[in-house]
Amino acid sequence: MSKVQDTMVVAVIGAGPAGVRACETLARHGMRVILIDEALKPGGQIYRQPPEGAERPGEDIYGFEAAKARRVHHVIPALAERVDYRPQTLVWNIDKVGKAYRLDLLRDAKLQTTTVDRVIIATGAVDRVVPFPGWTLPGVFTLGAAQIALKSQGVAIGQRIALVGAGPLLPLLTHQYLKAGLKPVAVLDVTAISAKIGALGGLISQPATLAKGVYYTSKAWLGGAPIRSSVRSIRALGTQRVTGLSFTMPGERTGEVACDAIAASFGLRSETQLADLAGCDFEFDSQSHQWQPKRDSAGRSSVLGVYLAGDGAAIGGADVAELAGARAALALIADNSGTIDLREVAQLDRRLNRLATFRRALEQAYPFPTHLLDNADDTTIVCRCEGIDAAALRQSVRTQEPREVNRLKAFTRIGMGRCQGRMCGHGAAEILARETGVSIAAAGRLRAQPPIKPLPLTAALTSVERMGER
Amino acid sequence: MMSERVDCDVAIIGGGTAGCAAAVHLRHAGLSVILLERDRCGAAASGVNFGGVRQQGRHPAELPLARRSRAIWSSINALLGEDTEFEATGHLKLARSEVDMADLEAYAVVARDLGIELQLIGPNAIRADYPWLGDKVVGASLCADDGQANPRVVAPAYARLARKLGANVREQTTVTTARRTGFGFEIEAHGLMVKSRFLINTAGAGGARIGALFGEHVPLEPLMPNMIVTEPLPFVATRSIGVCGGDVYVRQIKRGNVIFGGGRGAGDWTEWRSRAATSSTGPAAAKLLDIVPSLAHAHIIRTWSGVDSETPDAIPVISPSATTPGLIHAFGFSGHGFQLGPVVGEILADLVTAGETSLPIAPFKIDRFDRTSDDTARLRAQTQRYSG
Repeated sequence: MSKVQDTMVVAVIGAGPAGVRACETLARHGMRVILIDEALKPGGQIYRQPPEGAERPGEDIYGFEAAKARRVHHVIPALAERVDYRPQTLVWNIDKVGKAYRLDLLRDAKLQTTTVDRVIIATGAVDRVVPFPGWTLPGVFTLGAAQIALKSQGVAIGQRIALVGAGPLLPLLTHQYLKAGLKPVAVLDVTAISAKIGALGGLISQPATLAKGVYYTSKAWLGGAPIRSSVRSIRALGTQRVTGLSFTMPGERTGEVACDAIAASFGLRSETQLADLAGCDFEFDSQSHQWQPKRDSAGRSSVLGVYLAGDGAAIGGADVAELAGARAALALIADNSGTIDLREVAQLDRRLNRLATFRRALEQAYPFPTHLLDNADDTTIVCRCEGIDAAALRQSVRTQEPREVNRLKAFTRIGMGRCQGRMCGHGAAEILARETGVSIAAAGRLRAQPPIKPLPLTAALTSVERMGER
Repeated sequence: MMSERVDCDVAIIGGGTAGCAAAVHLRHAGLSVILLERDRCGAAASGVNFGGVRQQGRHPAELPLARRSRAIWSSINALLGEDTEFEATGHLKLARSEVDMADLEAYAVVARDLGIELQLIGPNAIRADYPWLGDKVVGASLCADDGQANPRVVAPAYARLARKLGANVREQTTVTTARRTGFGFEIEAHGLMVKSRFLINTAGAGGARIGALFGEHVPLEPLMPNMIVTEPLPFVATRSIGVCGGDVYVRQIKRGNVIFGGGRGAGDWTEWRSRAATSSTGPAAAKLLDIVPSLAHAHIIRTWSGVDSETPDAIPVISPSATTPGLIHAFGFSGHGFQLGPVVGEILADLVTAGETSLPIAPFKIDRFDRTSDDTARLRAQTQRYSG
């Protein structure tokens, strides 16, 4: 075995499809790997496994993707002691220390640190939230949360549910709820049908995936939950909790349904705080309308020794994530004088390229619904942690003159709460951009600050165990 | 590249509170002013500090200045047209031992001579008046007049006021060089060539580098605070709190978040990069829970640091240049400049317009530091450290 593989320790953060495949590839090449994941079992959000006692057949949970899910689930157990797997562990900070990286961890309400030589960040994605009137009422969920409730616990978010979205998750979740025996009272797509027609040329590049999309959509229709497209605006109704959803359609048409739960989110947003804390450069990707850490086609970030894979780097879906995880691992091995099979690399690159065409078409079919923010009501809460509404942001822009979102944060506390701007940062930047006339890219992105998720104060008291330190 | 040329009476390098406040006062005096700020006004030490507005615990030399500054703080919202969240909550400095209590008693005598009344609180009274404090607290000294404010809004508000009064405030404009000429100063910054009669150096952690351009020697060291905040919690901490030794400090803002600090952050001050240090956060949390045990169920939601700097004797430089006429310095506030910012702005303006100030600034002379590192180390070791 070569010297590199004997001494180098690699941390893979996230045990979704990207992290799992990265681990597998590293272990196959004899590398020492630590896999750190917040969940109890591998699979990530897409292939989330139900907890003990709530197991159901994979076909019920993952549908067409059951076989893929099973394959991903089996990787880590099969690697056994070849990977140091640390479930239920949060990486809440990452810091460069000399040529190595110190990861600050939270596990069992205790702090730990581990120092590694290389890092593959595969932190996945979270639903993209756009503030709309009433979105903070109890009973409003994201589509992802509605799906987790179904996948993990086998429960629905309500009795009369309305689904609102701007991505492929909308028809999928509609199908999943119908299959579970619950017919949504409304399914609203805030993107235009014309966008999907325009994107067909690219979508056809993955005929099987396109067919699944068409299948879910038609099943929704047949199941009596037709998807209405081109929705212009939405409003959750109710005072103590959600009692209804009103919406507007093109041509001044309006609609209203009574419901006790709403699931609404608008595509996915990469979880990038750890890449940010690691010092990676970012760029605004206008196609997906979000900030992404810069990386080359193999997943190398702008920081030596830090690699990015899966939806945490750029939204690509589970299939891309599996390939990108393996690809980043191969890049890491090659960069450290390890021997890799160039045919494997070429094959991964070919498949990633094909999927990239499809992804671009998907972004075209489901563009970010900027129109929802065009006339954001002054009373709409933008930052729910700190209770800051659109009026407060506009007032700050007028009087305190921030021209960039971190400055807006300093003045108004937007993004200073528990979520650290993960949910509200983009909405705040959109409002800032509209008020000042600067582009959304110039409005900037909130810089990450540790901890990326709240830490119990008492955890900070625990003597810091040093693990994996040399 | 053709650079833009600006002629003015006074050029200010550094848009912290002191620099921005100086710009305001100089405009009131009718002088033309340009302020050159590397980042955004208030982005460094002025904006990221704890937000303590205290006189208590300061080096006695600072107390006359702090007292005058406190008077400005009383009307700062009206002055700036901004809610700075200033509140005279009082500052309670805790003793955790008999030795601490003796130190507080001795300090109260010094402070009284300088016109600042401190109220000593014994072990029984502290239990009765502040039942939320932990058992390790054996007494305290209260400065009822002290308080707290939101540091993120103060310097930017001064900068906007300066601009409104006609100052040329240039953010994201890094000074590359400055020199004395026959008539005054030439300053080059980011496509700008500034000529001025006076130059004010309020460059914070960059202050020694600006000073060095004129042959001044200030052995400045980086100081990065380790700041932590919890989610909003039921209101308990009615006062801003410090301790003898300065190893932890805490305040609770109106919306409920508990802000505390202790130890040092980490980073690279030459690149103005800093972050809270995990190794400091644990000890700070432990000390916090010693003094406010009911916070045991709180969560840390954010940590931060920022680039400040300290002098060997831990008091600032507020001084006309020892080498160059027309040059005036104010930097090196050593972790406790927030409260002083407003008065330093006044002093700087007075030094420009009148060549003198009524406040005693002799202890802050720039040429008090020796040039050998041995002497600096000795000064550092001999200095009695004051803290909030």
